[in-house]
Amino acid sequence: MAQHGEVWTFAEIEDGQIAGVSLELLGKGRELARALGVPLSSVLIGHRIRSLADRLFAHGADIVYGADHECLAEYTTLPYARVLTNLIRERRPEIVLYGATPLGRDLAPRVASALKTGLTADCTDLQIGSYESGGRVYENKLLQIRPAWGGNIIATIVSPDHLPEMATVREGVMRVPEPVEGRNGTYVEVPVNPDPADFKVRILERRTHPRRVDLRSAAIIVAGGYGMGSKENFGLIHELAGVLGAAVGASRAAVDAGFIHADHQIGQTGTTVRPKLYIACGISGAVQHRAGMEESAKILAINIDPEAPIFSVAHYGIVGDVREVIPRLIKALRGKL
Amino acid sequence: MRIVVLAKQVPDTKNVTGEVMKPDGTLNRAALAAVFNPEDLNALEMALDLKDRYGGEVIVITMGPPRAADILRDALCRGADRVILLSDRRFAGADTLATSYTIAQAITTHLMPFDLIACGRQAIDGDTAQVPPQVAEKLGIPQVTYVVEAIEMSNGRMRLRRDLGRREEIVEAELPLLITVPRTANRPRWPNARRLLKYRHARCGFELEAEARRRRAEVHQVLADLKARGLYIETWGAEEIQADLSRIGLGGSPTKVKKVDSVVLKGRSLRFFPPDDKGIKELVGELIEERTFG
Repeated sequence: MAQHGEVWTFAEIEDGQIAGVSLELLGKGRELARALGVPLSSVLIGHRIRSLADRLFAHGADIVYGADHECLAEYTTLPYARVLTNLIRERRPEIVLYGATPLGRDLAPRVASALKTGLTADCTDLQIGSYESGGRVYENKLLQIRPAWGGNIIATIVSPDHLPEMATVREGVMRVPEPVEGRNGTYVEVPVNPDPADFKVRILERRTHPRRVDLRSAAIIVAGGYGMGSKENFGLIHELAGVLGAAVGASRAAVDAGFIHADHQIGQTGTTVRPKLYIACGISGAVQHRAGMEESAKILAINIDPEAPIFSVAHYGIVGDVREVIPRLIKALRGKL
Repeated sequence: MRIVVLAKQVPDTKNVTGEVMKPDGTLNRAALAAVFNPEDLNALEMALDLKDRYGGEVIVITMGPPRAADILRDALCRGADRVILLSDRRFAGADTLATSYTIAQAITTHLMPFDLIACGRQAIDGDTAQVPPQVAEKLGIPQVTYVVEAIEMSNGRMRLRRDLGRREEIVEAELPLLITVPRTANRPRWPNARRLLKYRHARCGFELEAEARRRRAEVHQVLADLKARGLYIETWGAEEIQADLSRIGLGGSPTKVKKVDSVVLKGRSLRFFPPDDKGIKELVGELIEERTFG
């Protein structure tokens, strides 16, 4: 059997911590590394990062390549792309995975272009498998699975003749592996020789807003759509969520209509969620929305249109006007909970 | 100042109605309308606004089949100074790497020097957001993604505001530069009525040929006429941009589609409850029984 290179994940730093999606990558990365019989490694770029490497070891990394330099303290595209591109050229990994965050989607294409290799965006699953083309069978290739055409099809992409195989992976789709405190690995220091020509973009100011809502860890989500009719009516969503101790979600149409802030958006361009109970109120259920919530354990849909696609993924349905049904639901819950 | 806008014609995946769903629950792609990729309109608006403030020209370039000339006509009507269709059968089947090579090659061979390249954040068919950074890499220029405001341009630099969801940044970048623009950046202007009357007559070479075939008329005559009236859309293929044939289209694309599965709506054991107090009480009782509330 041919010798394979390592499986790599790019470890993104968010607010001084390893980003959640970068920990999620380690779970899937471990599966892929096991299938190929190779080590799982992470690339960590920043300044004063040594302690963050331990988090990566605890969650499963065998090796961490650390590029530590004061000029890398904040992410800018060109210096990070140069470090990563050089490291990939030198170490020849088989696979490189990135979180499909704004940073990952800024960095990965730049690296792919420099390496003239393939890159698949926003994958929802990854597997190792074979690919057959023109009478030739390629073994142990990375199968990169992603929705396309607005979520109406699922495509499996391979990059048979180019290494490394690279993909960005959607946040929240893969599970964070359980950490093993004290688990150790090999820390490899990567020499950094900054090129002044790479510093063409300077950050003058940076503001971070706290997340308005944490949808991903909510056990119950009450979500409202365009069918709520107005910002005032959307108050019913907040009220129902309050009774249930639930988080408030929304469809893109509700966000676009100005009923609620975009942080609450669920679906392909928003957050992907899988709560124990998802209550969809006045949401017709476009495929882009369903893609972000159909893995919920139980789904209750309330809609005036019995033909609304949301009912195709629901377990419980109520056909009726949300402005009448939600107050009744609140009343019934207040009596019981 | 020269601003190049990269645009794409895409199937209207946002408006998937019942008519384009086949009985087996899969999508009838041929039934989808082709539209100007929404965020490319935001990029065009930012480019036109910069032109209004600082002068210069706005050039819109798209790669696609001949019918992609539709969005170029639209761009002319909204205020673009010049539009270019990159169209060649050999460009077909390109992934993001081959697409970025083709576009970068067009810019290097014909549109130098430029100051700014503006692109939509991503296209609604592939949602990859990969072509703009790959074009920037090939042109050897910096990129700033998620730009919601062009604050100021002076002395070969631009000050920009980026919206990264939880984070907002003000950055200063050297020109030439590539930026990507999300839908929250602005509200694209509508086609101007006077321009609409003029530029709806703009045609690309492919369209001329098709019309000429239909009318059995002389292409040269019409072409000369259109050129003279400023209604001819420049069209470049692999030769015009001196493309390395091994780096374009399907052959120049490292990623291949292994397979495509249709999303079939899952049938679930859906139970309806009446919208009255009795029905809702029954539903709540059931949810409590199943410990759904935790």
